[in-house]
Amino acid sequence: MIKAILIFNNHGKPRLSKFYEHYSEDTEQQIIRETFHLVSKRDENVCNFLEGGLLIGGSDNKLIYRHYATLYFVFCVDSSESELGILDLIQVFVETLDKCFENVCELDLIFHVDKVHNILAEMVMGGMVLETNMNEIITQIDAQNKMEKSEAGIAGAPARAVSAVKNMNLPEMPRNINIGDISIKVPNLPSFK
Amino acid sequence: MPAPIRLRELIRTIRTARTQAEEREMIQKECAAIRSSFREEDNTYRCRNVAKLLYMHMLGYPAHFGQLECLKLIASQKFTDKRIGYLGAMLLLDERQDVHLLMTNCIKNDLNHSTQYVQGLALCTLGCMGSSEMCRDLAGEVEKLLKTSNSYLRKKAALCAVHVIRKVPELMEMFLPATKNLLSEKNHGVLHTSVVLLTEMCERSPDMLSHFRKNEKLVPQLVRILKNLIMSGYSPEHDVSGISDPFLQVRILRLLRILGRGDDDSSEAMNDILAQVATNTETSKNVGNAILYETVLTIMDIKSESGLRVLAINILGRFLLNNDKNIRYVALTSLLKTVQTDHNAVQRHRSTIVDCLKDLDVSIKRRAMELSFALVNGNNIRGMMKELLYFLDSCDPEFKADCASGVFLAAEKYAPSKRWHIDTIMRVLTTAGSYVRDDSVPNLIQLITNSVEMHAYTVQRLYKAILDDISQQPLVQVASWCIGEYGDLLVSGQCEEEEPIQVTEDEVLDVLEGLLVSNLSTPVTRGYSLTAIMKLSTRFSSVNRIKKVVSIYGSSIDVELQQRAVEYNALFKKYDHMRPALLERMPIMEKTATNGPTEIVQTNGETESSVLDTKHPATVPQPANQANDLLDLLGGNDVVPVIQTALPTKPASAGGELLDLLGDLSLTGGPTPAPAPSVPISQPPFLLDGLSSQPLFNDVAAGIPPMTAYNKNGLKIEFTFERSNPNPNIAVITIHASNSTEADMTDFVFQAAVPKTFQLQLLSPSSNIVPALNQGTVTQVIRVLNPQKQQLRMRIKLTYTYKGSPVQDLAEVNNFPPQSWQ
Repeated sequence: MIKAILIFNNHGKPRLSKFYEHYSEDTEQQIIRETFHLVSKRDENVCNFLEGGLLIGGSDNKLIYRHYATLYFVFCVDSSESELGILDLIQVFVETLDKCFENVCELDLIFHVDKVHNILAEMVMGGMVLETNMNEIITQIDAQNKMEKSEAGIAGAPARAVSAVKNMNLPEMPRNINIGDISIKVPNLPSFK
Repeated sequence: MPAPIRLRELIRTIRTARTQAEEREMIQKECAAIRSSFREEDNTYRCRNVAKLLYMHMLGYPAHFGQLECLKLIASQKFTDKRIGYLGAMLLLDERQDVHLLMTNCIKNDLNHSTQYVQGLALCTLGCMGSSEMCRDLAGEVEKLLKTSNSYLRKKAALCAVHVIRKVPELMEMFLPATKNLLSEKNHGVLHTSVVLLTEMCERSPDMLSHFRKNEKLVPQLVRILKNLIMSGYSPEHDVSGISDPFLQVRILRLLRILGRGDDDSSEAMNDILAQVATNTETSKNVGNAILYETVLTIMDIKSESGLRVLAINILGRFLLNNDKNIRYVALTSLLKTVQTDHNAVQRHRSTIVDCLKDLDVSIKRRAMELSFALVNGNNIRGMMKELLYFLDSCDPEFKADCASGVFLAAEKYAPSKRWHIDTIMRVLTTAGSYVRDDSVPNLIQLITNSVEMHAYTVQRLYKAILDDISQQPLVQVASWCIGEYGDLLVSGQCEEEEPIQVTEDEVLDVLEGLLVSNLSTPVTRGYSLTAIMKLSTRFSSVNRIKKVVSIYGSSIDVELQQRAVEYNALFKKYDHMRPALLERMPIMEKTATNGPTEIVQTNGETESSVLDTKHPATVPQPANQANDLLDLLGGNDVVPVIQTALPTKPASAGGELLDLLGDLSLTGGPTPAPAPSVPISQPPFLLDGLSSQPLFNDVAAGIPPMTAYNKNGLKIEFTFERSNPNPNIAVITIHASNSTEADMTDFVFQAAVPKTFQLQLLSPSSNIVPALNQGTVTQVIRVLNPQKQQLRMRIKLTYTYKGSPVQDLAEVNNFPPQSWQ
């Protein structure tokens, strides 16, 4: 059984925390800190398995982690899970995120925590692995997102584009955007809600 | 009220905060806004607010006021609301809050919703945080969904069922009919979760397990599925790095393991497929290795044939040579599990394992260390120990304690020679001395006393070690005990094993006094050194110096030291006649520790058990018995039976104050809680020449009546008896000489002779003067060895000076009570 799934960055800031066992809020934060402490000490070329910290169950539980760029993905599991299998699962999870967010980076995780939770819910349920087929997961997620959009009254448009346009405060945008050699002139558009 | 800001805005704002305090401020402001919005019962923006609340919860801020709002969202009709609501419920609620029960009805309705995604959400939430009451209420719904044809729902229902079973095990039977055709599904997701469900059921209930084995013919079904997975060519949807659905393969292998464990038929049915998987899987990527690893674990666990087992261990051996650290770690872990059963096969890979000790990775080092200790046996002990000691030198402090204990255990079990054993211990003490466990000090002392011929060598080496370094307390404690005990050997330079060093008595006392005053010594160590100095008073000739030291510490601030010093002082002043007897060489302690952690040797001492209900379970051996004799003399017949090393330890401070004098804390070692085995070491010859041990004897006071051996001219000599244990051939007789005339008898000497079949030993008398008018008695202890159990006879000769003229007398003593020699 998977006890917890944590994602945090190189400085220990939590980006996602999902616990499949009951802990108080304080304990949860302490666990995140303790895990970060244990994992950040690790060298780059050592194995990806660690004994769990005291708060999360000591040596009965293992921490299986992978370090991608600025993020640590840590799965805390007990002895009934195969360590190598969980490593693969982390890989599938990250690949799924990549497909859903198009070249996922830390910012995506920061601003779309709820979506990441939804994706995770399609993969792991109650601490057990539900689905490992990436395409299957993505299909489900897309279908559910579509339902959400249809309820919100705008059908068919990709979510990001819509909200981006909604958020744009056109009158306040700079008229000239200078990025190195490229100079873009922005037309004067009326704002629309 | 303006529309609450979006989640994105909030996140952006929080990220601009530069300090923790700023962030807290922003969050508090937003929380206030959210709270007022909740109060207004605003339906449109509720979901946005809860989303923000969840974000703040993740950062660690309290969010409990949103719990009820989550429930309202769940009850709403919109999918978006439900989604956030269920997410919030999973994150914020758990069964400890009463609020969660309100969800039950919502979930029930949603489980029957027309949209599968809503049903999915409900199943997910129930499966994550459903309490036992909720599970009981909703189990029926879950079971219904388990039979549906919708694979999306079916797989979720399966995992939800697992959660229900975990919470309420009695409901397991309810799901049994639904599992019948779970495995005939094509959808891998359903297959996967069904296997999880079956695994959970089999693990929880042995009845289920046998049911599945026999009635459902589960094993053939699983074998068939596995075969399809391996044989089928490339299937793009389930492919991970060239292997089709490795997750499912691993799950099936695990279930096969549970089914095959302990069952011959099932194991036979799986042999072929396991061999096939083991040989056909590609090992270049992690996925292949994951499957192989699981296969190996399964092979080792079921009753597989030996060829398969050898194959499995060879796979593990190959893993050990892999470059990938993860694979090596995993291999070491599984070898550790199998080393008990397939010891020889694992031995073949010993050199690789020992190499892993030098790996940089901490996790691998730890596993390699544990495995190395498991592999040590009589043949490879020397080589392995060399490697392990080298490892002990260079490893991190977190390993040193475990490594040291492991070394001690292994050395005790397999030491090829006493000298090697002592050398190894010395090495551990000098390199990792501060990390050894506390109970190793008494164990070591016991070991040292047992290796009789090595005493001189041991004390010499220990002395040299503490000359260099006195910071490691266990080393110092053992060393000071040994110097106290065998100081005479040290000074006389009798060592045969190595070049004897020239040490004077003063130098030794310098070292011991140095320990007393050093800041590095703990109070326990100081106690050891003081007692050692005291013991040397009978072995060295420079008694005055020792007297001075002891009297100084009579006013020490440390209460323990003060007590000891005062008692030793008393020993010098008032009881000087007892001092030699009290501070004699310690006898060999019987081994109370068993050989290795798994053996529990039953006690074979009938007498041990009979004295278990005595008053003072002090575990101080022989000298305490002599103290008891003296207690007899001084305090009438208040005999305090002393048990020999039989009981779980109590510190030697139990018992009378004289026992304190002799109570080296070290001797109360013997940490076994099990009833102590008495494994008497081969009894050395009864009569001593000072160095070898004395057999322990026990006061079993009851039974043998005292007798008068001689009564003439006012001089009366009484004999009292004790029985020696474990050697019942030894009778211990104490003579009490009293004088009823009006003049003292001075220069009193008592001698005794026994027939040739006996052996006799006389200890020193309490004094030479028998005071007049029965004012006091002279006592002396005689030990008689009676191996042939013949009737005890003794001829005694008494010489003394009475009123100026010498008197001599001979007498025969024949009236020994039968119990004394039977």
